[in-house]
Amino acid sequence: MSKVKSLADLRKIKENIKSKMDLREKSDNIETVIQVKVAMATCGIASGAKEVMEYFITELHKRRINAVVTQTGCMGYCYAEPTIELSMPGELPVVYGDVTFKKADEIMEKHIVRGELTDGIIPVNYLTVD
Amino acid sequence: MKNMALHIMDIAQNSIRAKASEVIVAINVDEHNHTTTVEIEDNGEGMDAIFLKKVIDPYTTSRTTRKVGLGIPLLKMNSDITGGSFTIESQPNKGTKVQAIFYNNHLDCIPLGDISGVIMLLIGANPQINFNYKFEKNDVAFNLDTREIKETIEDIPINNPEVLHFIKEMIQENMEKINSY
Repeated sequence: MSKVKSLADLRKIKENIKSKMDLREKSDNIETVIQVKVAMATCGIASGAKEVMEYFITELHKRRINAVVTQTGCMGYCYAEPTIELSMPGELPVVYGDVTFKKADEIMEKHIVRGELTDGIIPVNYLTVD
Repeated sequence: MKNMALHIMDIAQNSIRAKASEVIVAINVDEHNHTTTVEIEDNGEGMDAIFLKKVIDPYTTSRTTRKVGLGIPLLKMNSDITGGSFTIESQPNKGTKVQAIFYNNHLDCIPLGDISGVIMLLIGANPQINFNYKFEKNDVAFNLDTREIKETIEDIPINNPEVLHFIKEMIQENMEKINSY
């Protein structure tokens, strides 16, 4: 039978993770952290917000982009779920609606990497709801 | 909801909104009695008896951005259609416990779904909350406590992508092992 991971294995890879972490902290400033909030209420989850959130976590890590991916509640755009709120450092947050895999990829490629706005923004003056 | 994992994600959001510092997610599969029991327990704000009675009504919600709250009614419906049951207990300032029992041999029973992914996302998005995940099948159990993980990784944040990836694989492999018995 194949080996099953345990806390002991985590202890083993700890130093490895730590060394990579230090590298990142040197190359990026704390203020350059990008924030992605995925709306994770009943409406969002039912529309596939979980998959979108997993995509952002793995993809941002793969591209070595310093970002925080968190959850938020329903923002009232149930008709446009899954929705994400994207805060680029030093800019006001924008909300994207109908974020499918394809859309998530587009947001990643255009907005996060190149800093250009792309289609699908829910156009309202928007302030973060806590 | 398509599976139980998504329901857990959904109900856990209530615990997070109730400012819980501790969330216990427990799944118990009993092949002898054909039941799957899903439990989510928190130490959050809780609800008083009056609100608790209304909570299975879809037109009840504590939020202000919309007037309906479907999380609990949907879970109740999905367990009810398998002939199972749904209970919710709560005390103000003590916490809330939601329990749904599914008959897993019923044709309409939803599958378990990607539990490891859901637990990983909950931990990643709420690093300040302690999650305790228990999976039990026919009296063989696996338990994951974020407190133990935090102790192991010391100063590495628990929402580090590599740590999260490890947590997901650890849950997945342990559940596969239990399922293979």
